Formats: sequence, C-alpha cells, structure tokens
Amino acid sequence: MKLVINKLSFNYASIPVLKDIEFAVNAGEILSIVGPNGSGKSTLLRCINRILKTRQNTVLIDGKDVSKLNLRELSKIMGYVPQASACTFPFTVFDVVLMGRKPYIHWSLSERDYEIVAETLDFLGIKELAMRHFNELSGGEQQKVIIARALAQEPQVLLLDEPTSSLDIKHQLEILLILKCLAQSKQCSVIMAIHDLNMASRFSDRILMLKKGCIFAAGTPETVLTEANISAVYGVKARVINSVVDRPQITPLLPESAGIKQWKTPPAVTAKSEAIA
Amino acid sequence: MSNVAELKKLYGAGKKRKILALTSIFLAIIGAVIVSVSLGAGSPRFNEAIQVILAKLFPSLGIDPGPTVTQIIIWNLRLPRVILAIIAGAGLAASGATMQGVLRNPLVSSYILGISAAAGFGAALAIVFGVGVIEGYGHYLVIANAFFFSVLAMILVYFIARIRAMSTETVILAGVAIGYLFSAMLSLIQYVAPEHEAVRAVVFWLMGGLNSANWESVQIVFPVVLVTIILMVFQSWNINVLSMGEDVATSLGVNSKRVLTITMILETLATATIISFTGVIGFICLISPHISRMLIGSDHRFLIPCSALVGACLLLCSDTVGRLVMQPAELPVGIVTSLLGVPFFLYILISRRRQSWR
Repeated sequence: MKLVINKLSFNYASIPVLKDIEFAVNAGEILSIVGPNGSGKSTLLRCINRILKTRQNTVLIDGKDVSKLNLRELSKIMGYVPQASACTFPFTVFDVVLMGRKPYIHWSLSERDYEIVAETLDFLGIKELAMRHFNELSGGEQQKVIIARALAQEPQVLLLDEPTSSLDIKHQLEILLILKCLAQSKQCSVIMAIHDLNMASRFSDRILMLKKGCIFAAGTPETVLTEANISAVYGVKARVINSVVDRPQITPLLPESAGIKQWKTPPAVTAKSEAIA
Repeated sequence: MSNVAELKKLYGAGKKRKILALTSIFLAIIGAVIVSVSLGAGSPRFNEAIQVILAKLFPSLGIDPGPTVTQIIIWNLRLPRVILAIIAGAGLAASGATMQGVLRNPLVSSYILGISAAAGFGAALAIVFGVGVIEGYGHYLVIANAFFFSVLAMILVYFIARIRAMSTETVILAGVAIGYLFSAMLSLIQYVAPEHEAVRAVVFWLMGGLNSANWESVQIVFPVVLVTIILMVFQSWNINVLSMGEDVATSLGVNSKRVLTITMILETLATATIISFTGVIGFICLISPHISRMLIGSDHRFLIPCSALVGACLLLCSDTVGRLVMQPAELPVGIVTSLLGVPFFLYILISRRRQSWR
C-alpha cells in the first residue's frame, strides 16, 4: 500500500490554505507533519481523508484515485483520529470502538466484528475499560479508545491530528509507541500532525515541514529538523544536538532581545487620590 | 480467543438488560391499555370492556358484545383514543430521540424545526378564516392545513440550512427562527380574529388533545408513524456514528448531510401527521429520549424503539389521568403531560448516577 499525494491544493473561501503539496508514504512508515499553527497540517489530513474535497487525482492509493471511491470504501482503507473527541451522549468504550466497524456492519454484529474489537482493545491495553463510559475516562484513556476505533476500521493508512497534544509524558510515549508497533506489525502507514518536534524526531521515519501551506522541507528527521529550518519556519532560534536515542534533539532558545517584561499595575484608586483629583 | 468470548458475554449481558427494559415497558403499556379502556365517563367497566373488545376482534368466538351503548363507548370512543395515544406518543418520542441524536443536542425536541408553530398557524388559519390548502370544511381543513404548514416549515429550514452546508447549528437556529415567524403570524390571527369562539377553538387546538380520536384518524396516523419509526431505526448506526462528530462520521463512511436530510424528512412526516390530528402535544418528545437514555444507554438501535415505548406509555397514562380527574369534564392532555411529567423527569434527573449527556 503506497499513498501518493499529488499537487494537492486547497482553498478556504478562496484563501489558499494548501499549495501544491506533493509527497508519498510507504507501507509501515511513520510520517510526521510539523509546522506552526495555521500552516495547514490539520487541513492536509482532512483533505487526504476527503472530509474536505479536493481536485481529482490529488490523493492516490496504490495508483487508485481516492476521489473515485465512495465514502464507505474509503473508510475501509483510511482511519482518522481527530484533534479533539467529544461524545454528546453516553456510549461505552465498546460502543465507541464498535463504531469503527461501521463500514463493515449492516445491522447486527458478526463474529469478526467481535474479534476485531477484542483484538484492538487488547492491542491498546484497554480491555478492562470495555464497559466503562467513554465520557468518564481520562484524556489519555479516551485517546486510546479513539485510536482503537480507527484501528477497528482495519485501515492501511492511519491519519492522526495531534494525537499527543493534550496528554502527559507517559501517555505521549505510550501512544507513539503503539503507533510504531502498528506501523511495523501491520504495515500500516501512519501520518500524524504533531507539534512536539522532539517526539516527531524520535518516532518518525520521515518528517514533512509545512510553512504557510507549502512544503518547506521533507525527509528524515536529521535533514529536516535543523537549526536553519526551525528558525526559518517558526522564527525561533534553537539548538539541535544528537540525543541519547541518536535522533535530533531540539532545545528552543529565547530571543536575545527577550528580557523579563515589566508589567506595571496602575496604582489603585484610593479615596484620598480621588479627593485630590 | 477467550478474549472474544469474554467480551461477547459482557456485551450480551448489556443487550439482555436492554431487551428486558423494552419488554417491561411494553407490558406496562398493555396494562395501561386495560386500565384505560375500563375507566372513564359512562358505566362500562373492566369485564364489559374486555367482552366488547374480544367480541369485536374475534367474532368467531361468539361472545355476546353486550348492549349497544357499551359497545359504542368502548369500541368507538375509548379504544381508538387509547390507540391514538400510543401511536402519537411513540411517534413523537421516536422523532425526538432521532433529532436529539442527529443534531447532537439534548435540548432538541421533535418541534425543533418550527413544526409546532407552523402547524398551529395552519390550524388557526382554517379555524378562524376557513382558509386552507384543500377544498372542504371543518375538521379536514384543519388537519390538512396543519400538516401542510408543518412540512412547509421543515422545507424552509432545510433550504436555509443548506446554504450554510447543513451545519447542525444552522438547522437548530433556522428552526427556532422559522418557529418564531409562524408563532408571530399565529398571534396575529388570534389578535385580528373576528369571533371569540374561534380564538377559543384555536387555543384549545394548541393545547393538544386526543378527544377527537376515531378509527379513521388511527387508520391514517398508524401506518405513517409505523413506517417512519422503522425507517428511523434503520438510521441508527448512522446516528450513533454521528454522535462522535461530523468529521469522524465522514471518516467512517457516513454522509452526515444525507443522514440529516433523511431524518429531518422522517421526523417531519411523523410529527406533522400526529399533531395535525391531535394538536400540539409537547414535552413527551423531549423527555422520553432522556428517560430512555438513562434506562438503556445511547445506542440508537435500542434508544429509538425504547423512546417510542416510553413516549407511548407516558402519553397514554397522561391522557387517561386527564380523562378521569375532572369527570365529566376533561383536562387537556398537554397540561397533564407537563404536570405529571416534569416532576417525574426532575426526579430521575436529580437521582441518576451518571451524566447522560454533556
């Protein structure tokens, strides 16, 4: 399974958000999309998944144009984990993961549906949460449930929009490790938008750096996460060293001009000063 | 594979509980039917009521149906009314559950698209001025008008919402706005109405009631409500998936705009048909889904049928109480549903263990 993005452009109300994005992802590869807020990371994921519609022949899977597939066919190939997940009404974890079987279910559940749900719950280590209510879980647990739901689709491509941004460091590592296992054991392609450059550096095979809707740099973490690129894209000076896990490690530096600003509170109005005025 | 077996057992137990809940409510409805047909103005009591019903249903049994007056009271007055209460309650509540699910909003009822005000406007137009969408008079004009304007309200909301890509916010806000528009026009009619009698009739219609129930109305409302509820239940998986948001639904292969359009049409058909015959019966369609969610959770495959049963039970009980408390006069069912339903609803709202929406 090879995903190819070919000259993908997208406009929101005629304001260009993405311009001529081109890249390819192989099976079993983890690609991170980095870039400042508003650089088009989420939009790119949503275009790939056809939540947002783009021109024909811009997203190809094994040479097949995705825009020719119907939504149901596409949902058997691609899973999507949104940035924030809320559920208005109470569903159990089992119910939520089962929703990932929607593309395969007509009315009642098949033996395979049970098997897949059981396997994904086990894979993510949330078996014992199965009958708990989704809304009552912690953020980290919820994120695992949402990933389980996407995996229940049996996708060959998994898209994640900032999967770790609201998690503590332990859950961040757990989630990213799960994605790595997934890529290696199931040969699933993982594409994620992520803000944490150090996590991206550590867990990605390749990184795509976006600036204002265009690809600024693409390649291995070593070639993309350089001091020059970070400065050009984020406007932040950083020191990049080789970390203990043999990946680039980024430490942002404060601008030289940055001192501690004085925040002066206006003097409180007292009865005396008012009388003088 | 023991994993799978374990999970199946857990899920199966939950499913059994849900089916048990559905069965209990169904039995409660049957009990309420028996009580309701045996009570009320006029003499016939339990034995006679059962006798008449059995005699009419199974003429081959050769049961003596009893005196004609009894037959008329039971067969032509009480029974159609009881059945219409069940159908109307079921249809309104199922519509409410569907719309709450699709619009992801616990405050939504089946009147969210401005249907109640539009139906009221249509009815008032017929009652006060005798103007309507069909040639005819009296009763039928009111029904046809109420139905026509309900559907018109939904169509207006649909086209307004379509301009803004059918977002749920736009559907809700457009529905509220259209509702205000029709209710202003309804007020205008009442204000300029030449006769007090007509205004009284409009107010009476707006309160809703099942007193005009007969076999004919049952024959029209029943098939519509049955078919629309079945079609709503067919949308259950789509509605389930939609409750995680439109993007997620799309990524799971569900066209959220299409689901919204289909459910809007279904709920309008059900609600408009019912209230054309009964007037506006409020509250049932708002609380039944909530009561059901507390009983059996949010899986719409069970929630929509459960909601329908709860709605049927509530409306039948309210109507029976309304018929009995002030004999020989009647209390309009709309008043009873709120007077009985609100304390009951608040009780379960306060005493429930977990949040059933956020």
